[in-house]
Amino acid sequence: MAKIIEKRLIRLPDVFYFKVQAPRLSARARPGQFVVIRLHEKGERIPLSLADINPEEGTISLIVMAVGKTTYEMSLLKEGDEILDLCGPLGKPTEIEKVGRVVLVGGGFGVAPLYPIGREFKAAGNEVITILGARSADLVIYEREMNLVSDRVIITTNDGSRGVKGLVTDALQGLLSSEAAELVMAVGPGVMMKAVAETTRAYGVKTVVSLNPLMIDGTGMCGGCRVLVGGKTKFACIDGPEFDGHQVNWDSLLCRQRMYVHEERLAFEEWKKRHAHMFVQED
Amino acid sequence: MDKHRSERIMPERTPIPEQDPLVRRRNFEEVSLGYNPEQAVREAQRCLQCKKPLCIDGCPVHVPIPKFIALIKEGNFQQALSEIKRVNLLPGVCGRVCPQERQCEGRCTLGKRHQPVAIGALERFAADWDMKHGVNGSVKQLSATGKRVAIIGSGPSGLTCAYDLAMLGHSVVIFEALHEPGGVLVYGIPEFRLPKSIVQQEIDTLREMGVEIITNAVVGKLITMEEILREFDACFIGTGAGFPRFMGIEGEELCGVYSANEFLTRANLMRAYNFPEYDTPIKVGDRVAVVGGGNVAMDAVRTALRLGAEEAMIIYRRSMSELPARVEEVRHAREEGVRFELCTNPVRIIGEDGWVAGIECVRMNLCGIDETGRKRPEPIPGSEFVIEVDIVIMAIGTGANPVLTENTEELRLNSRGYIIADEETGRTSIEGVFAGGDIVTGSATVISAMGTGRKAAKAIHEYLQSKKRRPSISAPA
Repeated sequence: MAKIIEKRLIRLPDVFYFKVQAPRLSARARPGQFVVIRLHEKGERIPLSLADINPEEGTISLIVMAVGKTTYEMSLLKEGDEILDLCGPLGKPTEIEKVGRVVLVGGGFGVAPLYPIGREFKAAGNEVITILGARSADLVIYEREMNLVSDRVIITTNDGSRGVKGLVTDALQGLLSSEAAELVMAVGPGVMMKAVAETTRAYGVKTVVSLNPLMIDGTGMCGGCRVLVGGKTKFACIDGPEFDGHQVNWDSLLCRQRMYVHEERLAFEEWKKRHAHMFVQED
Repeated sequence: MDKHRSERIMPERTPIPEQDPLVRRRNFEEVSLGYNPEQAVREAQRCLQCKKPLCIDGCPVHVPIPKFIALIKEGNFQQALSEIKRVNLLPGVCGRVCPQERQCEGRCTLGKRHQPVAIGALERFAADWDMKHGVNGSVKQLSATGKRVAIIGSGPSGLTCAYDLAMLGHSVVIFEALHEPGGVLVYGIPEFRLPKSIVQQEIDTLREMGVEIITNAVVGKLITMEEILREFDACFIGTGAGFPRFMGIEGEELCGVYSANEFLTRANLMRAYNFPEYDTPIKVGDRVAVVGGGNVAMDAVRTALRLGAEEAMIIYRRSMSELPARVEEVRHAREEGVRFELCTNPVRIIGEDGWVAGIECVRMNLCGIDETGRKRPEPIPGSEFVIEVDIVIMAIGTGANPVLTENTEELRLNSRGYIIADEETGRTSIEGVFAGGDIVTGSATVISAMGTGRKAAKAIHEYLQSKKRRPSISAPA
């Protein structure tokens, strides 16, 4: 059991920040790692990236977007509530060393893990440039946090309502064509990470991506999170979650991520029916 | 054997009631219903009470078989269970999942001329009878020694080791990576073969004995071995061989391809058969192919049937006589209508829009003998053919999970990643650290893992008694 000690809505209407009490976990966790949670006895196990690690406080932070049944249920938890199962830290930490200029690319609510990662890169003496992308200005999250750990933050929006109009890859392309970078690191939706890897390939810049395949145990037991990297089968939970973006077989990953789309929708619909009072306006 | 004696022997064992195959193939209730008291007594009467019982030698934990059977024969069921429980914490589990035909029953004297005594069914009867009547055997623990032992992994070897050490008065803490204790007993073996309530009961016994179980605790990640050795006087590693293998053929990354571990974990641990009441989904499809011939393959194929597959089949590269699964599981699978494609090996999985559409196989010829003493399968050129399926489940074995071992440099491993441990004591390269079960032996059976847990418990007890100072990871023996 892990107690929620802080909860905030960080982006309307559905992105939430949770600070969770986990003393031992926070003492062991490193940037780039993740946890697996289960909310209740009938719940599924889902992996969540570490959005922050605070060993002094004995806490970790998680960012959740309410898109399906489990994440919606989590969004209803309040400060003081407990998460039934919290398991971690899992996966390998980000390899952080002084390399020179590091470009961090984040899209959607997937930017969260970049905050602790960026902080460590900065502390290791790197120049950190962050590119944050969203569909529109109001959907940008973690800008303040990323400003704290970056030398520069570039915002991109699809509609041009903030920063550069276009995708993160447009900004990245612009950056790489004028400045050299030693490392690009991308976290976000699969399609975005794929596009980032394709953009950087031409520049020969090392590109690390943090993959988010479906997972059950998170400890190498089920093999559900397997991805093809450089033609070899790797388990994202124990070999990753970070891999060389130029080696990842993206098509297979993106397809496997959608394996249960139908069931996920069904479960969410069933649940909404049972909680109809909360969805009055949407009906 | 004298004439008089052979006359009163019933040559055939008392049949064990089972659910009708056509009914049970669509439900998750237990297949074998077990003996009632009358049937159990009748079967117990078949035991010859040999002076030198070979059956005990056939049991990895040396259950006093003739003794408990004699007690059942007298109708003293509770005493029978107590007799078993002196050496075996998990009689309800072992009676159900041990490969008795290769162990106790395989050595039964009666079996030389007739059917062997149904030892497994009798063990199960004793456990179930007592559970039903709420007596649960009697255990007497020795007084507290003040020594603390950490057990890593709550599968069969860890549970047995914990039980023996708690009996000896040591304080035991079990660290389990998943949210529920039991290891393969809860994530791997299906409800219809081993009901979760049986496992739960046996784990409750441990808790009543004062054993603490900490779930969601991944040693090597959340806790290091160094910390374990700082906080405990000794440690047993029983993390199992839960790392699923794939064949390395084309198409294994398609949607619709599972490892048996994933398929069974979804169905068993996560109760996906109750989706959407339980959140975890599972794909079944109309036609399911399971690759492999062991108990895990049988569990997977029979689970697929129960989840509603129209057709579920085993694809195995050798013939029926080489199938490594328990005889009973194979019989049950056949009765339930599982199709067997034998002497057949997959060469690739065929995809359509990212999903499994079929599996291309080649027929195999059995010729010569390989290094394991089994017939060597060789592909027959030109015999390739395609079976249309929507789900493929790989049940071709598991390897050593690296999570603990790669984060513990001082622990010596063999070339396949298993922990090197003394066969008799479980002693590893780190002082005070013992290991057993599949993480030492590679994939084996529940009972053999229990046997290693027992041996290690004995060695740990001796180690604790001889040891004054706590061990330190920086000063290995």
